[in-house]
Amino acid sequence: MENTIAFQSLQGTSAVGATTASRADETTHPSTVGELPVKISARKLNFFYGDHQALINNNLDIAANKVTAIIGPSGCGKSTHLRTYNRIFELYRNQRVTGEILLDGDNLLDPARDVLELRRRVGMIFQKPTPFSMSVFDNVAYGLRLHYKMNRSEQQERVEKALRQAALWDEVKDKLDKPGMALSGGQQQRLCIARAVAVEPEVVLMDEPTSAIDPLATAKIEELITTLKENYTIVIVTHNMQQAARISDFTAFFYQGLIIEFGATKKIFTKPAKKQTEDYITGRFG
Amino acid sequence: MKGRSIGVRRLKDGLVRALATLAALVGIAFLVWILYVVLARGISAINWDFFTERPAPPGMVGGGMASAILGTLWMTGLAVLLGVPAGLLAGVYLAEFGQNTRFGEAVRFTSNMLMGTPSIIIGVFIYIIMVVPMNNFTGYAGAVALAVIMLPVVTRTTEDMLTLVPSALRESALALGSPRWKVTLGVVFRAARNGLVTGTLLAIARVTGETAPLLFTALNSPYWPTSLNEPTGNLTVTIFNYAMSPYPDWQAMAWGASFLITAGVLGATVFTRSLLWFRSQ
Repeated sequence: MENTIAFQSLQGTSAVGATTASRADETTHPSTVGELPVKISARKLNFFYGDHQALINNNLDIAANKVTAIIGPSGCGKSTHLRTYNRIFELYRNQRVTGEILLDGDNLLDPARDVLELRRRVGMIFQKPTPFSMSVFDNVAYGLRLHYKMNRSEQQERVEKALRQAALWDEVKDKLDKPGMALSGGQQQRLCIARAVAVEPEVVLMDEPTSAIDPLATAKIEELITTLKENYTIVIVTHNMQQAARISDFTAFFYQGLIIEFGATKKIFTKPAKKQTEDYITGRFG
Repeated sequence: MKGRSIGVRRLKDGLVRALATLAALVGIAFLVWILYVVLARGISAINWDFFTERPAPPGMVGGGMASAILGTLWMTGLAVLLGVPAGLLAGVYLAEFGQNTRFGEAVRFTSNMLMGTPSIIIGVFIYIIMVVPMNNFTGYAGAVALAVIMLPVVTRTTEDMLTLVPSALRESALALGSPRWKVTLGVVFRAARNGLVTGTLLAIARVTGETAPLLFTALNSPYWPTSLNEPTGNLTVTIFNYAMSPYPDWQAMAWGASFLITAGVLGATVFTRSLLWFRSQ
């Protein structure tokens, strides 16, 4: 929701709508990932909050089992773009989307598509940890119980597996019946990661997952992200340039709803092709 | 530019602090005072008979409040069954589905109006729509009147408590592939549990002390309640009648009943809150 507000305040200062057509021509080229298998591809994706266009003709390929970082200044549309992948934006009022997002080749924006099953396949981690008011165990089992019928011992197995994947098992194995809220901030975020991976998604979206967390806990989560990509495709929105450089394989730079540049992270951070990208990553604006 | 004197700032700070503390003490003092007076006057009337016998006719010694206690419990119980689910669901509508809709605004506005409506008017209203057609004062009419009084209280506290739940929590539950209704009942309600229970308790406490709406609906009765389809004895109207009576033993019974209501509401609140506290530990 914060991003919605940010966009609306931006709306007053820039006449994005008026220049949409000319801007759209700039980025009609697809942002591809070369020979790698593609998990998600956005095609001519446009997104509107009321009259304000937040995403302009976005084309982006997300490589399977890689970490793709989305960077850009506040209000550039990166979080909005992420939120189209699991259609969580549908919660917001007065929004409209056009274009296609292909998940394994099928358009996930198709209204006939089962959004609950889509969200099982495409999980999401938010900026602030959001443990539910229930025990550690029930937090992780919440999604499991939604999507699978399984007995208690199967549940226990899956919960343990998810907590191990989130590198949290050793810290919580003796307090599975304690409230999830009682964990530290970094542990809560890893609990949310465990909850998301418990339903065995294919893609995990992360919206600034470490911005509310201390540096040590952040390091743990970054390490975790690099191990998670073996099993999941990860898309992460981050404000932290070093974080993008450290953990991602591909980076997309967003500015005012446009994808300015996309490519291998190494290239973006050493030899950006566009001046705007260079200015942003060197801290000249944003 | 001249710096402000630290002495003046400290003085102002101290003054505001002292006034706030004083106001808090006044609030608590009245509560303690009321409890003390009610207890001091009522305790003598409270004995075994008080809880087991029905009121004795004038001039007879003894008797108790058992039938009125039972009637109050029955009617309040039925009112809770009618008013709390309706209020909870209306609150869910306002907080989860109708935030910015015209209909939601209308419901919120009418709820506030209803909350400010004097309870005697609700009593007269139920008298017109239930007592007159049924040609009889009934416990059912009393329960409906109490439920109508509870409804806006539960609705508004539910809405307030659910609005306090961060939207990120809803989003994360939805992002797991949970349908909206499961998010509301399984995640949002749980997060707001303490507030919802407190709101319901407040609504119950509010109606336990209501007299005027029962005067027009359930009336009162010295007999054991056999069903709610007849005038039903209750504590508050009994207090009203007994306190106005010239008999000292009736007046003492009125104090005793007042004590029972106060202690009952206090006890129920303390019990529920400590239950919640233990569960969260």
